[in-house]
Amino acid sequence: MEARKKALNQAKLFENVFKVVLGSAALFVGILLPLVIFISLYKESSLAINHFGVINFLTSTDWDPVAEKFGGLVPLMGTFIATFLATLIAAPISIGIAIFLVELSPNKLKPVFSTAIELLAGIPSIIYGMWGLFVMAPLFGEKIEPWLTENFQNVPLVGKLFEGSPTGIDVMTTSLVLSIMIIPFMSSVVKDAFNMVPSIMRESAYALGATKWEVIKQVMIPITASSIAGGLILSVGRALGETMAVTFLAGNVNQIPKSLFDPFTTITVALANQFTEADTAIYLSSLYFLALILFVISFFVLYLSKIMLLRLEKKWKV
Amino acid sequence: MNIKLKRKVENYIFLGLSFLSAGFGLFFLFWILGDLLLNGFKYINIDLFTKDPVPPGMEGGGLKHAFIGHIIITVLGTVIGTPIGILAGIYFAEYGRNSKIAKIGRNVVDVMVSNPSIVIGAVVYAILVKPVGHFMGFAGGVALALLMIPVIVITTDEMMKLVPQQTREAAYALGAQPWQVSFHIVLKAAKVGVLTGVILGVARISGETAPLLFTSFNNNFTTFDPTKPMASLTVTVFQYAMGPYDDWHRQAWAASFILTFGVLLASITARYIIQRKKY
Amino acid sequence: MSSSRMEVKNLNFYYAGNKLALKNITLPVYDKKVTALIGPSGCGKTTLLRCFNRMHDLYPGNRYEGEILLDGKNILDKDVDLMELRTKVGMVFQKPTPFPMSIFDNIAYGLKLQGIKNKTELKDRVEEALKNAALWEEVKDRLNQSAFSLSGGQQQRLCIARTIAVKPEVVLFDEPTSALDPISTSKIEELIVELKKDHTIVIVTHNMQQAARVSDYTAFMYLGELIEFDSTDVIFTKPNKKLTEDYISGRFG
Repeated sequence: MEARKKALNQAKLFENVFKVVLGSAALFVGILLPLVIFISLYKESSLAINHFGVINFLTSTDWDPVAEKFGGLVPLMGTFIATFLATLIAAPISIGIAIFLVELSPNKLKPVFSTAIELLAGIPSIIYGMWGLFVMAPLFGEKIEPWLTENFQNVPLVGKLFEGSPTGIDVMTTSLVLSIMIIPFMSSVVKDAFNMVPSIMRESAYALGATKWEVIKQVMIPITASSIAGGLILSVGRALGETMAVTFLAGNVNQIPKSLFDPFTTITVALANQFTEADTAIYLSSLYFLALILFVISFFVLYLSKIMLLRLEKKWKV
Repeated sequence: MNIKLKRKVENYIFLGLSFLSAGFGLFFLFWILGDLLLNGFKYINIDLFTKDPVPPGMEGGGLKHAFIGHIIITVLGTVIGTPIGILAGIYFAEYGRNSKIAKIGRNVVDVMVSNPSIVIGAVVYAILVKPVGHFMGFAGGVALALLMIPVIVITTDEMMKLVPQQTREAAYALGAQPWQVSFHIVLKAAKVGVLTGVILGVARISGETAPLLFTSFNNNFTTFDPTKPMASLTVTVFQYAMGPYDDWHRQAWAASFILTFGVLLASITARYIIQRKKY
Repeated sequence: MSSSRMEVKNLNFYYAGNKLALKNITLPVYDKKVTALIGPSGCGKTTLLRCFNRMHDLYPGNRYEGEILLDGKNILDKDVDLMELRTKVGMVFQKPTPFPMSIFDNIAYGLKLQGIKNKTELKDRVEEALKNAALWEEVKDRLNQSAFSLSGGQQQRLCIARTIAVKPEVVLFDEPTSALDPISTSKIEELIVELKKDHTIVIVTHNMQQAARVSDYTAFMYLGELIEFDSTDVIFTKPNKKLTEDYISGRFG
């Protein structure tokens, strides 16, 4: 009886200890960590924020370390352009892959194909960058881009996109490599969403004589629309913050690209290339300001995608 | 008849496009892996692992400094990140189930999984490297730990939630306290899954470059001292691939080959275990 | 009539969101007897059972009104130590719930929670519990194997052994055979009858034959209310209420 009381009391004491330990770990990861990131980025960039002002910094195309004049418009635009193009390429292909994995692939091979696509996400981003630099850039610079220039530069409206001197270190190769990197994220989200649709819904459409594509188009895609959107936004979030692949291929030139064959820069490229070289306080602070902008944008983009993904989960959770 | 034909044609066109999409993904996968194999495998030799680099431009030498540094930084990251990640994961799975704040925290962690890794590097630079005054391997380990923690939290949480609620209730029915239920019963039941989360986390951080650029930086010599700047495979590949020497490029390919297949092997193993666990 | 071990008095139970699930239940639970709770699904029988060891407290927002007396003390009081209550009132679940550890450790777990560390005492208590659960002969040579290596029926008897190892006064059974085959079921039923020598038993079952076979008293519930409580003989042969008769004779449910 004594031992029993003692054991119970001890267990209760431990309960309080564990509550605190586990709770602080969760507090640290779920609340403090993002807060610390935000605050320290803000603190480090406050010099630049005070010096240039938020609006001025965001609208200025300056990036002159010698004159100590900095603006974030160019890397910000670069980030948006690369992300937009990469998502544009990745979205239809990811949906296509998800359809293939759920509806077309023979059952036995499904795990094999799924793993293969997921492996794309497992390849370290620096490998994409290096491979892009050594393999894609020469191929595009010497073969594909000159051919595109020749055949498309006189086409009205889009012709301008194919002007310039192709080197392979440009918007086109960067976006393409970036798209390959985000495809596995989006396709796995869409695949999971498709798998969550109860088979009864699918079967009842087939029972009405619908073709496979009609079932996909009229049943699967509408039902999973919020997940597809969530997956799309997730891959946007991923693309925004991608660094190494982009750093190898963008060229780190501070200009807003006018053609697909122009070298350019993004926030991450500027950070990776210049952070350790920044020799003045205002230079480093401006880079931190870029990092802060990137963090805030990608945080909200990713949170939005999380919310959209939760919606479908709630709908079908049994 | 006409409309039937049109529907059939449309069906085949779009299913064909779906096939092509899958082909697109697989094509690039095999292209990249193939290039790594072709260009990387042949440059793997004993020197790569046992010798420090020679002065730039000279032939020979190896990446011993980078292999050792990479292992030290990754181990540091894992040692710091794993306990915090698992503890927080247990909280979200067991204690925070019914709290709104915990749910928000859990979503934030999900967001942090995809957080730009270079931002973490910049933050660790600000709070660790700048105050100390120089780059160091330890700071790299901290940056990697911060990247790894969310991955472990999420997997731990998901794997523990797969344990049937009735098993928990059975333990409560015997008079167990919540911590006893969590640690003795649920964590034990989910341990394979939790371990998988750790493997996934290690796979994730061992391929990272961006957060190391401003933290552990680089070093041309082998060091075991985590208070010194430290080379890593990824940062060295970055430096070598961007550099002008053919010998550097060869070593970069070889290192990339080892890195990629190591990381992929780890993540395949982890995924395989998770798949088996889930069904 | 024997004395009652537990006494439910004017019990109301609300699930989170103020959903009334039990309406004004008053019911005795007689000492060293088997009381069966029957009724169509959703009638509240499992809800009532889970009040006896306050399982509902695991989930926020659930609320009790009224009293449940155990040995004269109201277990719904705020200051009741739930951990202690649950060592007095054990529970066996619908599906076997072996813990991820060896057969021996499964049984020893509840004992260890109570601070029993002595190896020989643990061994003796585990053996005793396994014998009482009619499992000893089947597992005595593999006590160190994982509990998952047992068959479903064996696992359920293991869970019974685990529950009685801590010598609870009352054992709650929540449809303990719903996941088992007929042979395992009859073994469990024999065991329940055997167990009432030392324990007071409450069993929820949707199988009326089972209630008739194992119980001494039966409570028929419908839509959260206790319709009728009497000795099992009376309930199954000449119930007083029309509703009970309809249910027993299979006219609904």
